[in-house]
Amino acid sequence: MCGLGGILNRYGERMSGREIIRMSCMMRDRYDGRGGGFAGYGIYPRYAEYYALHLFFRDELAKERTEELLKDRVAIIKDERIPMRRVKEIPQENIVWRYFVEVPHRFSNRREYLEKEEDYITELVFTINDCIDGAFVASSGKNMGVFKATGMPDAVAEMYRVEKYRAYCWITHGRFPTNTPGWWGGAHPFNLLDWSVVHNGEISSYGTNKRYLEAHGYKCRLLTDTEVVAYLFDLLVRKQGLSLRSAAIALTPPFWKQIERMPEPKRSAFTALRMTYSQAMLNGPFAVIITNRDTMVGLNDRIKLRPLIAASSDDCVYLASEEAAIREVEENINRLWAPRAGNPVIARLDEEVREEVIH
Amino acid sequence: MEVPLRKAKVSREGEFVVVDAKGVHYRELNELINELVERGERKLRLLNVNGQRYIADGLRCECYIEIHGVAGDDLAAFANGPTVVVYGDVQDGAGNTMNAGRIIVHGSGTDIIGHSMRGGEIFVRGHVGYRVGIHMKEYREQVPVLVVGGTAGDFLGEYMAGGRIVVLGLERLETYPEIAGEWLATGIHGGAIYLREEVDEDRLGYGARTEKLGASDRKFLKEVVGEFCRLFGLEAEEVLNADFTKVVPKSHRPFAEMYSDAKEG
Amino acid sequence: MVRNFPPEFVVRVDREACINCLRCVRECPFGVHEYDREKKTWKRHHEKCVACLRCAYMCPTQAISIERSPMEYAPHPVWTNRVRKDIKTQAETGAVILTAMGNELPYPSYFDRLVLDACQVTNPSIDPLREPMELRTYIGRKPEKVELEEEDSSIRLRTKIAPNLKLETPIMFAHMSYGSISIEAHLSMARAAKEVGTYMGTGEGGMHVELYPYADHIITQVASGRFAVHEEYLKRGAAIEIKIGQGAKPGIGGHLPGKKVTEEISQTRMIPEGSDAISPAPHHDIYSIEDLSRLIYALKEATRYKKPVFVKIAAVHNVAPIAVGIIRAGADAVVLDGFRAGTGAAPQVHRDHHGIPIEAAIASVDRRLREEGIRHWGSIIASGGIRSSADVAKAIALGADAVYIGTAALIALGCTVCKKCYTGRCAWGIATQDPELRKRLDPEEGARRAANLLRAWSHELKEILGALGLNSIESLRSNRDRLRGVGLTEPELRVLGVKPAGE
Repeated sequence: MCGLGGILNRYGERMSGREIIRMSCMMRDRYDGRGGGFAGYGIYPRYAEYYALHLFFRDELAKERTEELLKDRVAIIKDERIPMRRVKEIPQENIVWRYFVEVPHRFSNRREYLEKEEDYITELVFTINDCIDGAFVASSGKNMGVFKATGMPDAVAEMYRVEKYRAYCWITHGRFPTNTPGWWGGAHPFNLLDWSVVHNGEISSYGTNKRYLEAHGYKCRLLTDTEVVAYLFDLLVRKQGLSLRSAAIALTPPFWKQIERMPEPKRSAFTALRMTYSQAMLNGPFAVIITNRDTMVGLNDRIKLRPLIAASSDDCVYLASEEAAIREVEENINRLWAPRAGNPVIARLDEEVREEVIH
Repeated sequence: MEVPLRKAKVSREGEFVVVDAKGVHYRELNELINELVERGERKLRLLNVNGQRYIADGLRCECYIEIHGVAGDDLAAFANGPTVVVYGDVQDGAGNTMNAGRIIVHGSGTDIIGHSMRGGEIFVRGHVGYRVGIHMKEYREQVPVLVVGGTAGDFLGEYMAGGRIVVLGLERLETYPEIAGEWLATGIHGGAIYLREEVDEDRLGYGARTEKLGASDRKFLKEVVGEFCRLFGLEAEEVLNADFTKVVPKSHRPFAEMYSDAKEG
Repeated sequence: MVRNFPPEFVVRVDREACINCLRCVRECPFGVHEYDREKKTWKRHHEKCVACLRCAYMCPTQAISIERSPMEYAPHPVWTNRVRKDIKTQAETGAVILTAMGNELPYPSYFDRLVLDACQVTNPSIDPLREPMELRTYIGRKPEKVELEEEDSSIRLRTKIAPNLKLETPIMFAHMSYGSISIEAHLSMARAAKEVGTYMGTGEGGMHVELYPYADHIITQVASGRFAVHEEYLKRGAAIEIKIGQGAKPGIGGHLPGKKVTEEISQTRMIPEGSDAISPAPHHDIYSIEDLSRLIYALKEATRYKKPVFVKIAAVHNVAPIAVGIIRAGADAVVLDGFRAGTGAAPQVHRDHHGIPIEAAIASVDRRLREEGIRHWGSIIASGGIRSSADVAKAIALGADAVYIGTAALIALGCTVCKKCYTGRCAWGIATQDPELRKRLDPEEGARRAANLLRAWSHELKEILGALGLNSIESLRSNRDRLRGVGLTEPELRVLGVKPAGE
């Protein structure tokens, strides 16, 4: 259900939101207008060291209650209404606010502190989403933000003035939901800390993945299957320290038949990953783009039931559901290809984009 | 900041009607194509095409349509006669359930190219994606042909019920150098696939087997590969000078043993 | 090993009445009756009897009766006879158990726990024999509002109305493919549909040339096998239906065995003779909702936006959001096929264990479309286990615009629901391609009976409307206030949107 796109400038140079909006518009026949969104990395350089919380409030009461909680838990460096235009296609049903916050120092060991600080923010996000009626955290990373709502992506961009932000990495999504009603929180990208995900398709293993994540302390309350992708990356990569490649093997492992054919020691490694992370495996048709502060990853399901095209120019890496979306914004493409099912396409700052061969 | 949709600019160059499709929505573009064809125009050149869907969809005539750019999904779906030449890539579903006609793609294609096609020809110079030629059929004198210059992804010719697929593997992918992906021809129960390479039986899907090429196969390959090379300016003799593998169905009834009652009859 | 497999039925023959005419031998397609001409002795193969009752009705002296076999395994409430037989069959064959017709497990029927209202004193009931009574139904997309040009006395429509099907009664013949049933069965329904002013579905096997005269009352189908799908075929019918799934076997495809692909079937499906006709589980160009939208518009483009496009799905857990997605994807109607729907062939495990009741599906889809304000974008067609005019009325009151009937139509043509359609040896000439068996169904007589069924149900519908004090079927649509539940739990009532009886 949907269409997605992403751009990463390999040199970290920031681009206005115009290109990603045009990419999104090119795929308009894939959406039904019940959800559109963007995530940009590098948009808040002045507040880069603080967690930028983008929040939706249904009413003033929700805002007051959230602010009480925030004041209790974190230091608010700055907060403001996210500037927005009125657009006729999207009824203004939410108060949209951003907070730049930091966590009070409580831990001495820096490495441990960093990990705990991120867990602390995660806990805060879950508490707001879970306990405060009418409040929703759209994004919670540093120097990044998610702009999303119920509507076509072009209208969402117009409303949030997305073209006025500058980011070195952008992702976008247009939604065509078939599981949950369209609501602002249900639009993509989904975000937790620096992880953002846009998703086309359906995670048919959602129930299994959800229970696995809940056993690891995550709370899946967004009424949508996509959130598990963000949390699984957070768990596997941030918390458990797997590389992106190994995480991809865990999430979209080769078939047993293919693993049997592998030479040792590869076979044992793949077997162990499959056995250990059987409940993390993502099943069903999907193409996802996952981003964090320095990386953009594109990933398909194991039998490629959803489209995904990758391309690179001298400066940028592109991912999209349709080739036309990439051609629309980049004339000087050096390479354009359809990645193999289950192989992650990993684009990192200061690196050549590569398709990791795991299938 | 919506990208404004535009009206197509139309001009004439000799016997061609030239349409600038930049920023034109598919519905308007296709309506225009239908109108032009109904007016008796037989040669169209579409410029700046980028992702417009359904071009030549359901078209029933022997017209010639040239596309410059990326042809969107379901190019020439249900088509019944037209020749479509794409100077660029095609997206998913080109030739979907096509009955007659010809698609020539100078770039590459993605998934489900030639899905359920019953007649006509598709030539793709570059690579193609997953599930290409899936459930291809044939009927009497209609035997569809799909020729790919590069490689094909997994599930090539899955559930194939007729027709001919030829994959030449002239260029290979870095990430997956095989000529065709896994589960090749799973459930095939008609038609044949020719791969310009020796292929192990264990790469084949359920219901498929390989077979030695006979004289009629060589004649067929000479014809279609010859035509492919003529279209894309390649040396046919060089391309044909290789070992081909022919993949055919084990049976016209691959799943006959699957049901408890089917055995009785 | 001894094959300890008791027969399901026993054939009893009254020896005194039997005149050894051998009619039963000729009539039984399953080889139950065997006569040894030399020894002049009979052998009845009870284990082959399917209780189609053909022999019993064709016997000139009425000497034959079919009874349930008294021989059964020792009773056990969990390891029922059926469970034991299934296990033995699979131990013997290693295969999937194939069956036909609808779900056989004793799930409760909501139709049988819903009752209709009637007028008493406060509002008058209407006598449909005297008063006008309308069943006309339009299937397809309706505009949000109508714009008109009005001058003095003239009035002119400005809004472009999307193509709709006009039904004189809200009952259509369901899609059953040529291949699974005979051309005689198809012809019977096509003629009846045209005569009564409704429609029949081709199923996925294409439209036989003999059906062309009735094409304006035929809905063509585009299924995953894409048999016969062809630009002319799409343009010929009155509407196009994309079949995603069917209630009898949600989520799986189907195989028409090669032996049933006769010359005529091969022509109609446009595939080689004798080759299996395989319908994959999904459409390979539809793996997501936007792909469905792509196919809907591919079909609309191919037919120049002149034909309504329906999408049929099996009623499954998430049916409401899926149906909303289908309507938003551009479909002009969504067909909901409940878990009691019939089939010519389905694995028993799927037929009996997947899907949800049609009553719940209609209610939740209708509600959800209304909540989203898009109920007018598309119609709801309900099918799967509609057995009577009362079921039709209840389906419409729950929110359907019209219904499809399959099994009921076949019963009208002579089917006795023996559940052996998949063998292709239908004793009544319906689910068969055998030229001899097909002669048993006369399309003239079939058309008369099928049309009669529609007329009888339509008349009963009018009487039902009259009792409800309504004179048009439109006023019953989604009128759940005229239904009450009997013996339903609180959550069931909530899903159906009806009050308990007495409230």
